[in-house]
Amino acid sequence: MSAANSATRGASKPASTREKPANKAEAVADWADGRLGIYSLAKANLRKIFPDHWSFMLGEICLYTFIIIILTGVYLTLFFNPSMGEVVYHGSYAPLNGIRMSEAYASTMDISFDVRGGLLIRQIHHWAAIVFVAAMLVHMMRVFFTGAFRKPREVNWIFGFLLLFLGMFDGFMGYSLPDDLLSGTGVRFMEGAVLAVPLVGTYLQFFLFGGQFPGTEIIPRFFTIHILLIPGVMVGLLVAHLILVFYHKHTQWAGPGKTEKNVVGMPLMPVYMAKAGGFFFLVFGIISAMAAIATVNPIWAYGPYRPDQVSTDAQPDWYMGFSEGLIRIMPGWEIRAWGHTLNMGVFVPLMVFPLVLAVIAVYPFIESWVSGDKREHHILDRPRNAPVRTGLGAAWISLYLVLLIGGGNDLIATHLHLSINDITYFVRVAFFVLPVITFVITKRWCLGLQRRDREKVLHGRETGVIKRLPHGEFVEIHAQLPQDKLHKLTAHEQPLPMELPAEVDENGVAAKTGVLTKTRAKLSRGFYGEGSQIAKPTAEEHHEITSGHGHH
Amino acid sequence: MSEDKLPESHGSAGQHEVATHGDPFADPGLPAHEPRRTDIDERAAKRAERQVSLMFVVSMLATVGFIASYVAIDADKIVYIFPLGHVSALNFALGLTLGVALFCIGAGAVHWARTLMSDHELPAERHPIEADDEVRADVIEQFKTGAAESGFGRRKMIRNTLIGSMALVPLSGVVLLRDLGPLPEDKLQHTGWDLATPEHPLPLVNMNTNKPMKAEDIVVGSLTFAKPEGLEEDDEFFQQQIAKDALMLVRIAPENIKDKDSAELGFEGILAYSKICTHVGCPISLYEQQTHHALCPCHQSTFDLADGARVIFGPAGHPLPQLKITTNEEGFLVATGDFAEPVGPSFWERS
Repeated sequence: MSAANSATRGASKPASTREKPANKAEAVADWADGRLGIYSLAKANLRKIFPDHWSFMLGEICLYTFIIIILTGVYLTLFFNPSMGEVVYHGSYAPLNGIRMSEAYASTMDISFDVRGGLLIRQIHHWAAIVFVAAMLVHMMRVFFTGAFRKPREVNWIFGFLLLFLGMFDGFMGYSLPDDLLSGTGVRFMEGAVLAVPLVGTYLQFFLFGGQFPGTEIIPRFFTIHILLIPGVMVGLLVAHLILVFYHKHTQWAGPGKTEKNVVGMPLMPVYMAKAGGFFFLVFGIISAMAAIATVNPIWAYGPYRPDQVSTDAQPDWYMGFSEGLIRIMPGWEIRAWGHTLNMGVFVPLMVFPLVLAVIAVYPFIESWVSGDKREHHILDRPRNAPVRTGLGAAWISLYLVLLIGGGNDLIATHLHLSINDITYFVRVAFFVLPVITFVITKRWCLGLQRRDREKVLHGRETGVIKRLPHGEFVEIHAQLPQDKLHKLTAHEQPLPMELPAEVDENGVAAKTGVLTKTRAKLSRGFYGEGSQIAKPTAEEHHEITSGHGHH
Repeated sequence: MSEDKLPESHGSAGQHEVATHGDPFADPGLPAHEPRRTDIDERAAKRAERQVSLMFVVSMLATVGFIASYVAIDADKIVYIFPLGHVSALNFALGLTLGVALFCIGAGAVHWARTLMSDHELPAERHPIEADDEVRADVIEQFKTGAAESGFGRRKMIRNTLIGSMALVPLSGVVLLRDLGPLPEDKLQHTGWDLATPEHPLPLVNMNTNKPMKAEDIVVGSLTFAKPEGLEEDDEFFQQQIAKDALMLVRIAPENIKDKDSAELGFEGILAYSKICTHVGCPISLYEQQTHHALCPCHQSTFDLADGARVIFGPAGHPLPQLKITTNEEGFLVATGDFAEPVGPSFWERS
């Protein structure tokens, strides 16, 4: 009895010794803290430091356009009817009156012409998707060229790569949903690609389409994948991506006061919150304005899909352009034997497409293997200080662009009055040659910039002031750089290439060197050897030049 | 492996922390904070405050404008706006007002952050991601204890059967996908033209006029599209059928036909080819009269219709299949059988 009493009394008294909250807001926060532990969470994060650099906005654009896509996508699902059932159109758009079309196409027409604001949301959705993929690509370039993918961020690089890959595919599916003449052509292309898979291609095609092309299943199935499966996976990856960004903290450029062990910037609350939060509205506002003034995917101009009709300059969205390029430039090789056909003309591009992307996905692992570097990196590389990496990135972009030319060969031919065959032949050659040329030029360019940095550190900057020396010679006065600039220009590391282990060990026994080790040494020489970096000035060299007399 | 090649260990360059006296490249440390105009001039600060508020007010007005446009403008109203041309008035008004409403919130917030919030840069320490050795040893110890308690390593039979069952169970998911579609069987080998036999030929119907065609209707140099008689647009499987049956009729002066076999399959220079490209299945629609070349607009495969529809450019792997045609007693063009080989993109089972 008394025990029970004391227990009740104990419960009625507050267990914590915390002071009374000063106001309502604090009371609410206290309530939440008792259940969710928000104070401990906020302690580390409320004033978390974010470095400031314009290029960090690229990732933000990705995040914000993704949010815009989800918001507008939910709206569109309220009106869109993902069905291939056929109807005869009687709507506001007179030119298509009385035409047979799928319900998917008809409902897209209704969204565009009868739902107030529907066209706007459709346009925002499509524009945001285009900007999303573009921003992911540019964001990825930023991370690549600055070496931000290095330890501890390799996993996040993979997450980002998967987001790009999924984003491209979801874009393709979304583009296919309205079932207009252009998107149906894209789906037909996909059917041909699936059919080209050896051994199981026809089975895959029949299971995917629920029978022969086009059947009645593909749009509803794409719809589910487009709005549920892929976005679901992407949200998961995105959250993981952001958690890791938060956990690793941002990278930063070398500069006064910035080291591998700190991060310099402004606190989350209030500056970063206002800037990043405000930036969401800027992005949303600009995309809304774009949707108001620039029409994208006018499906009413294409008409509904019919497998025996096609419009000229059939084009995918730009981010699929490089796969389109691959398919257009590939010679039509077919191997026929033992009653079977291997369609190399389609199958090879189908395999090269993910390969072009995957090479860039595994790059962080290649580089760390070559350098043997197991340390964490938080200070960014200036692209010029990693000439081989920069060259490889530029080569990859040139490959991407040349394939984009291949994918748009018809447009280029008509706009520039060129022969479409010549463009295709050019792209076939350029596919192999251009990346090599780009690599060589970029690397040399980087080395030139390194030389200029070296010159600047040792001799200072040009002032533009010409002085005449007593013996008549004219010289330009160079001004010493201030220490923060000197530090910035010399802060980067210059790893030495790996050397092969000695042929014989200390006991004179021949040591075996594996092929792998040899390759690694060779690659390492390519990355960090004499031809790949300009030795940066040492303090001694600097002293010698600046303390000497007779110098200008 | 080549750890010793990294700058830190061979000591040529790691200037980050070493601020040796007299080192011209040493890190001078964080620069002193420089106040902005708004930090020292109260009038500038007030002006910035008004600018921020103005942007938020513009946003409010734009939202009101958005709602007003939604109510007032008809969805089908088209207006001419230079340089955009004819555009939907509602789309234009809604998009711009929404754009301004959102943009001004963002611009206001960013301006506020840049002019009035503190711009003191602060350093925060990083901590290595890796745990220290003590934690590592502790976790590994705990894991080993757990593993030992489970007996996973000791009881090999359980372990192996578990691995086996886990490896097999996903198969159920794969098997369940079987009913997504029917089996291909030989469906891709045939088209709707296989209803035609020499005894019961199937008339060719003009795609546009929906009428049977006489040989004399087709002039030399023309390209006509046709479908089998009986296939109507409102048929249940029209889309699926037309994706294979679509026919392209071309008439070439007999002396210009290079391929003799091809000429024999036709009727007095009228040749009937599948309209579906053998690359990935786009309909071929561009024809050049003088050269007898047909081009697929999707990937530019080019076929020489005078030479058995041989591929002369582009990614297609084999010629367009040709349909044998003749005329019946009333003079209408008819087919007497199916294509000799499957139409459309090639596939593994295609011989």
